[in-house]
Amino acid sequence: MIKFLLMVNRQGQTRLSRYYQPVELTKRAALEADVVRFCLSRNKEQCSFVEYKDFRLIYRQYAALYIVVGVTDAENELSIYELVHNFVEVLDKYFSRVSELDIMFNLDRVHIILDEIIQNGHIVETNKSRILAPLTALDKMADG
Amino acid sequence: MKRLSSTFMPSNWLSRAQRWRKELDLQSTNLIEVCMALTVVSQIFPKEMIPAILPLVEEKLNHPKEIIRRKAVLALYKFYLIAPNQVQHIHNKFRKALCDKDPGVMTASLHIYLQMIQENPEGYKDLTGSFVNILKQVVGGKLPIDFNYHSVPAPWLQIHLLRILSFLGKNDLRTSELIYEVLDESLRRAEMNRNITYAILYECVKCIYTIHPKSNLLEKAAKCIGNFVLSPDINLKYLGLKALTYVIQQDPKMALQHQMTIIECLDHPDLIIKRETLELLFRITNAQNVVVIVEKMLEFLQNSPDDYTTIDLVGKVAELAEKYAPDNEWFIETMNTVFSLGGDTMQPDIPNSFLKLLSEGFDSVEEDRKLRLFAVDSYVSLLQGETRKLPQCFLQVISWVLGEYSHLSEDHNRSTVLRLLEKLLDMKQTSSETKCWILMAMTKLCEGTAGVCVAQQVSETYISSMDTVLRQRAQELQHLSQDSELREEVLPRDSGLDPMEIDSSLSFLDEFVSGALAAGAAPYKPPHQRQEELAEAKVLSLEPYGLALPISMSSCSITDRHSPTPLSMSSGLSGDSTDVSHRAGLKLDGVQRVWGRDGYLAKKESVEEAAPVQGLTPVHSPSLQNEGDGSHSQTPTPTPTPEPDREKEQLASSLFFGVSSQSSVCLMGKPDSTFNRRRKAKVQAPGVTEQLSSSVAPVSNAVDNLLCNNLQDSNINSVSAASSKQTCELSPRVPAANGTCNTDCGLPESDRKRSNLSISRDNGLVDADSALSEDQGSRSDLCPSSYLPAELCGLYRSEIAPLCTAHSLELSACHVHQGDDMILIIFISNSSDSQVLQIRLDLKSEQLKVTCVSDSSVENIKSHTVAVYQYSLAVKRPGVDVEVDGTLSFLLPAGTPQTKHFSYKLPLTAFIRPLLISTEEYGTMWLGFSHEVKQNLTLVDDGCEPLTFTLNLLKNRLQLHLVEIIGLEGILACRLLQNQPCLMHCRVHAGALAVWLRSPVPELPDCLVYHCQRVLQEK
Repeated sequence: MIKFLLMVNRQGQTRLSRYYQPVELTKRAALEADVVRFCLSRNKEQCSFVEYKDFRLIYRQYAALYIVVGVTDAENELSIYELVHNFVEVLDKYFSRVSELDIMFNLDRVHIILDEIIQNGHIVETNKSRILAPLTALDKMADG
Repeated sequence: MKRLSSTFMPSNWLSRAQRWRKELDLQSTNLIEVCMALTVVSQIFPKEMIPAILPLVEEKLNHPKEIIRRKAVLALYKFYLIAPNQVQHIHNKFRKALCDKDPGVMTASLHIYLQMIQENPEGYKDLTGSFVNILKQVVGGKLPIDFNYHSVPAPWLQIHLLRILSFLGKNDLRTSELIYEVLDESLRRAEMNRNITYAILYECVKCIYTIHPKSNLLEKAAKCIGNFVLSPDINLKYLGLKALTYVIQQDPKMALQHQMTIIECLDHPDLIIKRETLELLFRITNAQNVVVIVEKMLEFLQNSPDDYTTIDLVGKVAELAEKYAPDNEWFIETMNTVFSLGGDTMQPDIPNSFLKLLSEGFDSVEEDRKLRLFAVDSYVSLLQGETRKLPQCFLQVISWVLGEYSHLSEDHNRSTVLRLLEKLLDMKQTSSETKCWILMAMTKLCEGTAGVCVAQQVSETYISSMDTVLRQRAQELQHLSQDSELREEVLPRDSGLDPMEIDSSLSFLDEFVSGALAAGAAPYKPPHQRQEELAEAKVLSLEPYGLALPISMSSCSITDRHSPTPLSMSSGLSGDSTDVSHRAGLKLDGVQRVWGRDGYLAKKESVEEAAPVQGLTPVHSPSLQNEGDGSHSQTPTPTPTPEPDREKEQLASSLFFGVSSQSSVCLMGKPDSTFNRRRKAKVQAPGVTEQLSSSVAPVSNAVDNLLCNNLQDSNINSVSAASSKQTCELSPRVPAANGTCNTDCGLPESDRKRSNLSISRDNGLVDADSALSEDQGSRSDLCPSSYLPAELCGLYRSEIAPLCTAHSLELSACHVHQGDDMILIIFISNSSDSQVLQIRLDLKSEQLKVTCVSDSSVENIKSHTVAVYQYSLAVKRPGVDVEVDGTLSFLLPAGTPQTKHFSYKLPLTAFIRPLLISTEEYGTMWLGFSHEVKQNLTLVDDGCEPLTFTLNLLKNRLQLHLVEIIGLEGILACRLLQNQPCLMHCRVHAGALAVWLRSPVPELPDCLVYHCQRVLQEK
């Protein structure tokens, strides 16, 4: 099961966070700082999976942006690793060449996309066009 | 807004406000609004709102757009997660979703199925074929092209299906046979070099090793794992290790094939790889390789980065050490390292079980003495060195052991030990808790003039301490050091084994409590009740449903919600007594677990096992031992041996030593574990019986019972019947006794007493009796129903259900409704020709309070007889079904102790009785109860009066009391034994029965709704 998904940059600023299990607001900052520290300290040759407390972190780096997913022990790490890439591909398709700025200024849309992919800690949709369907419909409504 | 909403927990005001928005949105005709509403519903939703919104969501299942159907299914999944009982009735709709023509909707429904199958794989075996078909189609590329990810068809869907299939095929040959083909297909298709195909392969491998094994698939899976582990890609290597860790639990031989890789991974610079490797080694540890593996683990611990890993690994090392320790020195030394490394972060049960192990000892007194002596020696030398770095919890262990056992050592006299302890006391770092332990130890040790002198000095320092516990200990030390007689009495040497008596009801405080109450103190309220009252104050006027109160009730003077009567009533009903017992039960559990017998037993067995091994190999020096055994352990690896690898190979053979030698015999894992367990059970028996003897007091004597029947029969024939005749008749008559038993119930009380008397006088007879029947060799049919205690005959009872069999013993049970009591009767019939000794029956349950009814306990059961045990049951925590777990332990004629576990399940309805109240009383009670559930049920229609018919059906089937029916509404009342009411209000609404239940007991309404649903569905 997926516990949370974070997007953080090299400076350690959180760009997006989504928790699928309740975590106290006060503890989130500490957790996010820890997670960033862990990921930044690792080099390319090292494993993309890290043990953190009683769960695993899976991270993937895109330019200066890290996407980190926390999962329980029973989860298939590699499938989540690829899910992150799928997520980025969807963002790329929607924003056409996505950048950190796109995410900063369109946080609501990124959240809508993420909510289509993951719900309650489970993967619910991976088909790119279907993930984007509600969002494109919304955009059309806003335009028209 | 999404971001905002996700940060709030459900059930606060925000979500309440949102919910009304949502309802509006759900009814909207705008596709996007509905879609967004459903997305939110499926992520955050308060449980109590489900009934209101469920019909709307159900409706959306038939929506023409796939996206709406899909989101509706996901919303239902969320409902299932938070309140499974409430979506019980729409399981067929899940099936429809599974068969939906759109793959997206089908995928969504899999979430529900994965959850349900995980909980109850038996219930969904019939769907195996469908899942296999779906997977076949997906693998075969039948899905539209946009489901592909990097040209792999719907990989996450495949993974999801594989997980479902592995749950279904687990331990089930027939289901597994359906799955083999598609697994083969998946393995074949997934041969592209992409990460995502590896993820699918990993899932396939897990599935293959979970379901019933098939050799050619196992081979392929093994090859897969080999590719993973040898891959240069570090992520794959990790996954391979993880798969290997999983697989070697089923087949330890796999570890041998990859031993060199495992050794390499052990020195890998990446910590997570190292960690995963240790996890793997932990699974293959046995008495032969424990030394090497523990050494590796401790090595890792020394550079361990974070607390969590330390806690986890320290626990594992301690477990291995207790289970497989080859000798005392090694055990004590390992535990020393564990304590100093683990420090104060480790689980408290590690020091606890270690001390328990020391104090309980094993069978051999000599062995115990040696172990304790060694511990004392090693601690004294530790204390003589640098003590500043030792963690507090280690110091506590040390001081306890020194206090208890330093008299065993001749090298160190008491004053030396006392001085060492005194040195500890003076250290700055020592916490006050540790100081208490040290003072306790000193109290045990202060003897002789020197000792008393030190003790006086120390106690004077601490007698004025600010810490009350410390002051208390100092006082004790002072007084006991002066009065050696008293000290002998209070702290007798070697007293560790006497079980302590604990008065869990705290009855000795009764006087104090009543005194305080008389002086005007407020009575104690358990925390949950306090919370309840608080909640009551909060929920107050947010109830929109309040308007829909039945007319009958509104007419009967709606008292203030806070009127004292209903409140005090609910508090009285939620029962202090049950609460106390609940806590007592919890505590007991805790104690057993913390002090887990495993350690003690495991240690024992390891000592036995280790002895021959030691003779074989000098375990301490892994590098030396391989010349001999290396030959056979290395045969599976065909790799040539370059010189620098020699060291590694030696390590390998020492690591995999046990595995290789055993795997040649069998797939070691399983047989070995059962062996262990049996060993444990065997050793456990005496310990358990000793521990529990005070708490368990079984039950009516089998012999008595036999006689009772016997006598009653003879009563009919003639009381003065010749004893010899009686005995001869006994066994053949047993089957027939069933009928007579019932007629006996009619016997006047005095008659029965008389018969009892005469029996007890002829006690000698009974023995002759059984001897006779043995002689005759008559195989009596031990029908349990004939042994039902006379006073319970004729009462309503359940079928007698078999529980388990253990050797010649057969256990069966039934429950009897005796007025307001629920009696559980357990029959143990011995069908063998020999007596079974030291029978002990121990029942416990988290949901029920089990009290033993019959007074005498049956120790032995003669051949061809039945013993009857009676327990009275009361509900502590309601559930849909309630279960009693039991342990039967006994001694076979050969003298070997045996234990057997069983469980008995009974529906909650067995504890439901009608609550006879009037409409007015109902009205007042209704307002006082805080826990409620609302739900729509199906209305059973008999043609004319559906409401009356349905309510009568419920009343008869569930033993409810029908208070009144007015128009389209009806009210019912019942109580859960002993006295916990539940009120039910029903209303016909849109062709369904809207029920609303309230009770002071949190779980009760939910469970009752479930049973109502069952009754109406069966109809």
